[in-house]
Formats: sequence, C-alpha cells, structure tokens
Amino acid sequence: MASTQSPVLECKGISKFFPGAIALDAVDLKLYPGEVHALLGENGAGKSTLIKCLTGAYRRDGGMILLDGEEVSPRSTQDSQKLGIGTVYQEVNLLPNLTIAENLFLGRQPMRGGFIAQRKMHAMAKDLLAEFGLKVNPAEPLETYSVAVQQVVAIARAVELSGKVLILDEPTASLDRDEVQLVFSVIEKLKARGLAIVFITHFLDQVFEISDRATVLRNGRVIGTRELAGTTQTDIVTLMLGRQLEDRIHDRAPSEAGDTLIELKNFGRRGVMEPFDLTVRKGEVVGLAGLLGSGRTETSNLIFGAIHADQGEALLEGQRISLKSPRDAIGHRFALCPEDRKNDGIVGDLSVRENIILALQARQGWFRPLPKAKINELAEAYVKALDIRLASLDMPIRLLSGGNQQKVLLARWLATNPSFLILDEPTRGIDVGAHAEIIALIERLREDGMALLVASSELEELVAYSTRVIVLRDRRQVRELKGDEITTANIVTAIADEQMAEAV
Amino acid sequence: MASQVHSTMKRIMPQLIILIAVLFLNFLVFPDFFRIEFQNGRLFGNLIDVLNRGAPTALLCIGMTLVIATKGIDLSVGAVMAIAGATAASIVVDGHSWQTALLGALAVGALCGFWNGFLVAYLRIQPIVATLVLMVAGRGIAQLITEGTILTFLNPGLIHLGAGTMVGVPTPIVIWVLLGLIVTAVVRKTALGMLIEAIGINESSSRLAGINSRVLIVCVYLISGFCAALAGVIVAADIKGADANNAGLWLELDAILAVVIGGNSLLGGRFSILASLLGALIIQSVNSVILLSGLPPEFNLVIKALLIIAILVIQSPTVKHALYILRASAEPTPPAPAPVQEVKEGTQ
Repeated sequence: MASTQSPVLECKGISKFFPGAIALDAVDLKLYPGEVHALLGENGAGKSTLIKCLTGAYRRDGGMILLDGEEVSPRSTQDSQKLGIGTVYQEVNLLPNLTIAENLFLGRQPMRGGFIAQRKMHAMAKDLLAEFGLKVNPAEPLETYSVAVQQVVAIARAVELSGKVLILDEPTASLDRDEVQLVFSVIEKLKARGLAIVFITHFLDQVFEISDRATVLRNGRVIGTRELAGTTQTDIVTLMLGRQLEDRIHDRAPSEAGDTLIELKNFGRRGVMEPFDLTVRKGEVVGLAGLLGSGRTETSNLIFGAIHADQGEALLEGQRISLKSPRDAIGHRFALCPEDRKNDGIVGDLSVRENIILALQARQGWFRPLPKAKINELAEAYVKALDIRLASLDMPIRLLSGGNQQKVLLARWLATNPSFLILDEPTRGIDVGAHAEIIALIERLREDGMALLVASSELEELVAYSTRVIVLRDRRQVRELKGDEITTANIVTAIADEQMAEAV
Repeated sequence: MASQVHSTMKRIMPQLIILIAVLFLNFLVFPDFFRIEFQNGRLFGNLIDVLNRGAPTALLCIGMTLVIATKGIDLSVGAVMAIAGATAASIVVDGHSWQTALLGALAVGALCGFWNGFLVAYLRIQPIVATLVLMVAGRGIAQLITEGTILTFLNPGLIHLGAGTMVGVPTPIVIWVLLGLIVTAVVRKTALGMLIEAIGINESSSRLAGINSRVLIVCVYLISGFCAALAGVIVAADIKGADANNAGLWLELDAILAVVIGGNSLLGGRFSILASLLGALIIQSVNSVILLSGLPPEFNLVIKALLIIAILVIQSPTVKHALYILRASAEPTPPAPAPVQEVKEGTQ
C-alpha cells in the first residue's frame, strides 16, 4: 500500500566515518507515511549511528536526507523535532518526579497571566492521552505509573512535538508481554494517522507482529529491505548474520579431541542464564551461536567467574573447582577475551607492554614483579608472533586499531599459558586482515591441544573453526551441532526454528 | 635507565618550572630568601622553612596520590591527623615512651585508612562519601581521646619528631623526603604502581585480568591513613600538644590540591608521587610569598587563590592545546594537531 505514495523521509547514500572506521556506508532508506519500518541488525551494525544522523545527534559525512522531498540537515535533536522527526528511546527520557501533564507540555505550558494554567494543562493532557487509549490522572507524578505508560507518554510527547516521523529505539526492551501490547496499540493508532514509524528492536517476533517492512543493516551497510508479508524469520536471520549461505567445506583435520578438560553440570545463575551442562575437551573449539541477548556473553562470563554462578558445579579434569571470581578462574589457567574490548578488555592509558603482561603480573602478585628483561622478551615475542602493528611498545594501547588491540588482549592471555581460552566475539569491529589472522590463531591453538570456547555472531567464522557448535536462544541452550551438521544454514535454522515455535 | 630519568624529568618539568617561578617570586619580595645559614647545629633560612612547613602537606599528598590514582579520594586525612596526634599525646602523657606513642599513632592511622578502604572496596560506597564519614567523625574521636582539652606534653623524644634536627636538617624534612623515597621505590620497584594505575584507568578490565582490586584499594587507603598519622604526629610534636579541633584542619584540601598541581588526574590512572611532592612545595612557597610580601594577612587567602588559579590554568589541557595550535600555526608548515577523539561505538 505504501509504495504508491511518495516517501515522507528518504535517506540517500548516508555515510558516517569515525577515525579508523566506517560506521555507515552509503545507506539508503525510504519511509512512507502510515508504515512501520523495522530497522534490524546486530550490535555495531550501524542502527544507532543512522538514527543519530537522522535526529541530528551526529552530523553525517555524506549523503542526503529528504523530508517531504526537501533536503534537511538537522543540527540537534531539537532541530529535528521542529522538522517533524521525533525519537523515543528505550530509557524513558522524561522527568519521573514531574506530573504527566508537565512532562507532556514541558517548555510549552499553556499560560495565563504569567502563570501556568494548571487546569487547562491537565485537561489538554487528558484529551491527548485519551486519543492513545490511555486513561490516567495527568496530575499524578510520572513515576507512579508503569514503564509502559511512561513509554506511551514519551511517544505522545514526541508525536505532539514532531508529527511526521517517529523513531522508536527499542521501546519494548524493558516491557512485559501485556505492556508491549499497550505500546503496540498506540503504534497502530499512529500508523492509522499516517505517521512513518521506525521501529528498532532485537525481538524478531515483535518485528513480524507490528512492522510492514524491515531494513537489515550489517557493518554499516544496508543488506536488504523486505516486505515482511512474504518473508520468513529465517530469511531475516540469514540477512542479519550470514554474508552468504554457501557452506564452506570443512577443510580442517577431523576433530581428534583429547581428554575432557572442563565439565560444567547444571551451571547457571537465576535471571542471567538457565542452568546448562557443558563439556569442553582438550584440542577442541566449542562455538557458541545465537542472536544478541541469547546468552553467549553470559555463558562466557559465568564460566570465567565474572558473573558468579548460583547453582551447579564445575569440574576441571574431574576435580571440583570453585569459579567465584576471575581470579579463581585464572588460577585454574582459564582466560577470557571479553566482548566489550574497550570497557572490559584494554586498560587504555597503560602501554602496550603493560597491557600484555597485566594478567601474568596480576597472577604473580604485586610483590613479585616480573623482571624488566622478561617483560620485554614476552612483549616482543608476542608482538612478533601475532604481528601486532605498533610504533612502540611504550605507546598507550588506546591508540592502536581495534584489531591490534584485540591481538594485544590475546597476547595478554597467551602469556599466562592458559589451558582453557574463552573468546567472546574475538573478531568484532576489526579489520579484515586481523580477522583472518585471529581465525588462524584459533586453529593453531586448537591443534596445540588448548581447549577453546568461542562465542561469535559471525556464523561463517564459527563454521570454519568449531568442532562443535552450541546454539543459544533466550538464555538457554537449544541445540548442539557436531561434525557435518555444522553449517551456517543449520545454525540459522536452529536459531529461527525456536523462534517460530515460541511465536505459535 | 637513562631513558627512565629522561621520562621522569619530562613528567615533572611543568611542576619544576612553576616551583622555580614561585621561588623567584619569593626572592623578588624578599631578596634574602635563598640565604641559608648554619647556626647551633641547625640549618636556618626561608627555603628550609618552606621545606619544613610543607612537611604535613607533603606527607599527606604521598598517600593521596595513590588514592587518587585508583579514582578515589581521601577527605579524612586532616581528621586522621588529629586522631593520630591525640593518640600520640595521650600515650606519652600516660608515661609511655615516644616510640610506643609513634607506633600507636601510626597503627591508629592505618586502622582509619583500613576503615576507609573497607567502605570503598567492599561496601562500594563512593570514596568521597565514605571518607567524609571519618572527616566529620574523626575530629569527634580525637576530642574523645584528648577529653576535650589541648593535650600538652613535654616528652623530648616525641617533640624531636616535630621540632628537632637530624644532622642539621629539621626532622620533618628528613621524614617526608625519606617516606617519599620509600613509597616511590615500593610502588615502582614492585608491580604495585602499575596495578594501581590499571585499577584507576579501568577497574572492570583490571578485575577481569585477575587483579585483586579490592585488596589493592584497601592498601592505598591504608597507606594514606599511615601518611596522615605521621603528619599528625609531626604537627602535634611541633606545638608540643594535640589540638583535636585545629590539627590538620583543611589540610586534606591542600593535599588534594598538591596532587592536582602535580599533574595527576582526579579521574585516576597514571600518577607521579614526585610531581605531587613538588605540588606540595609549590603550595608552601605560595604561602611563603604571601607571608614575606608583608601584605596585610586579610589578603592571604585571596592571593593564594589567584596564584593557584593561575597555576591550574597554565596546566589545563584546553590552554595547552590552544598554545599548541598557536605555535603550530606560527610555523610555515603547521603539523595538523589531530585532537584526540574518542570513537563512540554504536551500541544499540
């Protein structure tokens, strides 16, 4: 229905560069009046950056934004609101201690004789919210109502201020099922009014429930736009995750995994990860696949003790061990390269050299410093072995590129001579060259008899190096793939099938 | 080794220049400023006074530097000085030796530091709030120890710590120089310094790398309490009495200022104890200028504030950057200074 009209908002070739990275690469997007358009993609795909360019939080570096056929360049969120583009974020951006009416009309309260006309404002607020099917007392503080109601108030405010395009950035992330329905009913009403709505979420079921079309972004590029009526969840997951679905032939040696190293039984933590069993043998790479929020990172963090498991037990070569903290885990020669490299991995202002020896030094204790010669020897050896490109070992690690930072983190853990290495998204946000080298390194470590657990959203990568793949969904393990079963198609099916089952 | 000396010099150069400038200011208002005499087995002179009077701040800033390096702050050091002074005084008044008094005061100071560290590291209370508790309650504790009076004493051993000399040098100078050297050596010759910096820069990464951040955080507050106790004993010994109300009053702020003038970031991370000590001397030299200039005392605080604002402005990154641009644009081929830009990663 939408395509007969002209688009209300059109993005043509929007590009955005950050130092050392292309965040958006010539992105096209058309929004028609009266449509709900889902914007999909894994973390770092460029959704946020695109939204920020639309709302004026970022200045675009290239391309055009056409609103009703005219080029616009919003400089700030206020600017874009005036143009007609309103945004509602996951975290409600309102003032919880003010009343609902005050929140709705903040900055443009009806005045009488220099004072706020309270009664008039309350009446206006009541009328406004009634249009959205919300019956609340506008004189009550916002915080006395549920997050869903607050979300609707935020939407009402955004629509009142703008009225052409409404961007909803994960509006349902912290809502329960009934509350989602409340927000959806409001979206339906706005759609009927002819607003163009951008809907960002990680919940595919909700995408199919409310959206007309979906655009999938990956690595800053538009991978495709689909009419959802004739599309399956599998198609969308494929677009989101896989570059192409041709399965690579397993050219690796048949997995000759050694003895069992780690055995986890009924391991988990309430509210974080359903209890799971997991066995990892020496010389084996176990891959963890699943969409964002499926529990990949939670699994890694639980095993490493970064999140404290409240049930189950862990056995190392048959002996019961305690994994209450990273220190415990490191003591058992575990190692973890975390997903969030910047916040959980590197120590930005320390030199590359110091970052490499950090874990080893921490394990030795502060009173037994590594000798200078040993430190240099280790650092230089790993810089050479992993081909880390840097001007000097003394430079702060934050100045390195993402790929080189990741290699330094790998060096940090390899220096501790681990027997079990956990890698969480080891190739995220790094350049192609470093990407291939890290994959090669994973293979080499496996051949040397190390046990590895690798969580990744890059399915082809998982297929390339995993001896087994465990598929996660909704914070529990749903499927284990072995040997020839390991193909991107099978992984996608395992992820999507469960979602179908859930949706029924 | 040579490169290490070089990088240390580079680090403390701004502080050295400022110190020399302020000392020169002293010379302008009082031409005899640099004259040092040796009389009755003791060095005399204005420069010696600066080093001597600066002792409490210098001692405090040693511990404060470490605390601030972990992204913390210790507001309680002034109050801990009062507690330690009161403890030492009450022990000698009870007829014990000065050694017992010193050890007792240091133990009490370390205990106060341990308490702060426990609140910060284990109960996860913000450092500024956690140490505020002892800042306020500490003087009350000190008053309880002195029973509300100024507890005076005549123990020559204890008085020697504040007013005596060692080979002609006033004891407080010997104490702060020695402690500065010892603590610097301990943090730089072991891995303690690096691990403290790692915690201050990124505690999450540090914890995941296996650093025992809680224990180390308790450690730095403990060291800070220890330094404060030493400063408290010196101040009490100097006036031969423990004044629970006024000993070390507002000195925590001077100590923090010394650390800041020393170019250490209040956001934690890289630190230099040497630069902080220079900062403490700069503050004391500023005090000395005001005294020697003969201006009416009501001007003191205002002038001190102005001088300190000037010092901080010179050190501010914005001014440094502006100067850099100015210099770069004056040259024929300006090397475009790329402002360090944080890459915001798209989190959705």
